[in-house]
Amino acid sequence: MARLAQEFIARGADLELVGIRKEFPGFTAIENLDLHIPAGEFFALLGPSGCGKTTSLRLVAGLDEPTKGKILIGGKDITATKPHERPVNTVFQSYALFPHMSVLENVAFGLKQRKIEDPMAKAVAALELVELGHLAQRRPQQLSGGQQQRVALARALVNRPSLLLLDEPLGALDLKLRRQMQIELKAIQMEVGLTFLHVTHDQEEAMDMADTVAVMNKGRIEQMGSPEKLYDRPHTVFVSKFLGQSNLFVGEVAESNGSSISINVSGNKITVPTDRAEKHTGTIAVGVRPEKANFHESEPSAQTGVNLIGPGEIIDIRFTGVSNQYLIEIPGIGEVTVFAQNVGKSPVTELGAKVWVSWKVEHSFGLSDLPANSATESISVI
Amino acid sequence: MAFAAFGHGGGGGATTPAPTKKSKVALFLLLPGLIYLGLFFMTPLISLIITSLEVPDGSGVMGSYAYGFAIENYGKVVTEFWPQISHSFGYALIATIAALLISYPLAYFIGVKARRFPLIQGLMLTLVIAPFFISFLLRTFAWKQIFSNESPAVHFLQQVGILGAHDYLVGTPFMVIFGLTYNFIPFMTLPLYSILERLDIRLLEAGSDLYATPATTFRKITLPLTAPGIISGTLLTFIPIAGDYVNASGDFLGGTKTAMIGNVVESRFLVLNDYPTASALSVLLMGVILLLVGFYAKRSGTEDLL
Repeated sequence: MARLAQEFIARGADLELVGIRKEFPGFTAIENLDLHIPAGEFFALLGPSGCGKTTSLRLVAGLDEPTKGKILIGGKDITATKPHERPVNTVFQSYALFPHMSVLENVAFGLKQRKIEDPMAKAVAALELVELGHLAQRRPQQLSGGQQQRVALARALVNRPSLLLLDEPLGALDLKLRRQMQIELKAIQMEVGLTFLHVTHDQEEAMDMADTVAVMNKGRIEQMGSPEKLYDRPHTVFVSKFLGQSNLFVGEVAESNGSSISINVSGNKITVPTDRAEKHTGTIAVGVRPEKANFHESEPSAQTGVNLIGPGEIIDIRFTGVSNQYLIEIPGIGEVTVFAQNVGKSPVTELGAKVWVSWKVEHSFGLSDLPANSATESISVI
Repeated sequence: MAFAAFGHGGGGGATTPAPTKKSKVALFLLLPGLIYLGLFFMTPLISLIITSLEVPDGSGVMGSYAYGFAIENYGKVVTEFWPQISHSFGYALIATIAALLISYPLAYFIGVKARRFPLIQGLMLTLVIAPFFISFLLRTFAWKQIFSNESPAVHFLQQVGILGAHDYLVGTPFMVIFGLTYNFIPFMTLPLYSILERLDIRLLEAGSDLYATPATTFRKITLPLTAPGIISGTLLTFIPIAGDYVNASGDFLGGTKTAMIGNVVESRFLVLNDYPTASALSVLLMGVILLLVGFYAKRSGTEDLL
């Protein structure tokens, strides 16, 4: 596989979107999008359906025209070019394999259009790269979903595009196959060194595969960064909810020193390091990931560097295998979710138990906006 | 259609239908259809073939024939009516191609471009079918009026020099082919529309994404994927046109020089009571159409679409 991949090593190019706006009759799909993807990067656009991510992809592919803005590939403005003139290939969500051609003819199609020498041999090599060499003569309809997906990938890769666009290519696969394909896709990307722009609504998929993730919402990018950074330091309520789960607490800033600020949530003090907060005054939302929080059956002594709230009552326990999800109702604060690993007996604590919740101050994060229903209650999003 | 057959078969072997106890029931249900076909299709056909081989019974009475085995009847009709036979198939070929060239863009517009506008789609489809609400004969006759020798249309064509001062349209092959094309366009448009309406636009997008120009995308993707519609459309027009006798008749758009097989059959059967000749021509027409269609379908590799 490694040797074959050499064949496809291409000059990945960087992609730049400058001030892109896309209006459709009746609604605006993309408000104002600026994006720079360096060459050779695996970049994921993550967002719920209708957030404009597929539209962005179609604009890059040339299948739709932006209302405003410029698209540059490798520094060259391609905004006005037709799709067949762009050094870009797409793996479509529906795969869009040509039903009247064999798998091999499908893969060779792009090469033949560009009059590349020896298209069939190159197509065979591409099929072998995705381990489908033995099915070259079949019709696409005779293959399974996962195999079709790989044909679509080979059909795009074989052209050595500067930029490979992936439009939720794994969406139609079942979970197990999807995980397997994620690993394969990532391996292929690392081997061929192409720039990948991957659109998905699956946060695990984006975090697992991408070097950089941009979280899109309502036609604009909410936050962009490495998966680790996005997860550790979400900047907005949307990102904190969409990427994993979060417990959010809303309160007025009551105390502030050089290194940390504290909010007051119905008499409970919740502290966040200043450099982990987007806003430092007024009413702000502070969050913590459920797996970073612990609960205690007896009240622990107050410690500096630890946030402690409670007592509350365990109102729901959900067994998920490796861990249990505890839902704890704390009077004056609301519901808090805590994940506890099943290292001992399960459940660790019974339903209805009286508990206190604590977490390290450095695990808190402060957001720039407030949850929509921002009464002084915490929100846990599953 | 042809592709759907592979749809959910997977890579495995052919699926043999499970043996059912229902085959007797199915046969019973088929019975009315089989009886109908036997009585009203096979019987007249056999009668037609027998008639086509009959000889005059020598009584000299018009329309009186005796059983025989006059295979030479066929040779006679071919030599005697060769111009009419060539008119039939020549006009049918030209009119079918003309109908295809007009219908394909029309059906493409209704089925693909107007897909997002159901109102326009419905309106245009209605317009395609609307002529059927008026009798075929009346519509053809109306064209005769429009292009009659004294009509403004012909005067205009004469004045701009497209027609000579003593040239007319009615009675010419052009007029007959025009009428045939006009009358059979809906039969071409509807099957084309029905397949174009289901054309997956995403495949065209994939084509352009893979460096194919719009023209290449049409030739390599749209055309092969809509071939079943083209085949059924051309068959639905070619077959009836080859047997048509209204458009080419002197009462409508044709004249003595434009007669087709249908016109000969009509006059031999109804005017001259020359049953063997009319029958031989009919059988010949049917045989040639069967051969042509069989060859065409085989070439297109789509027997299962017929």
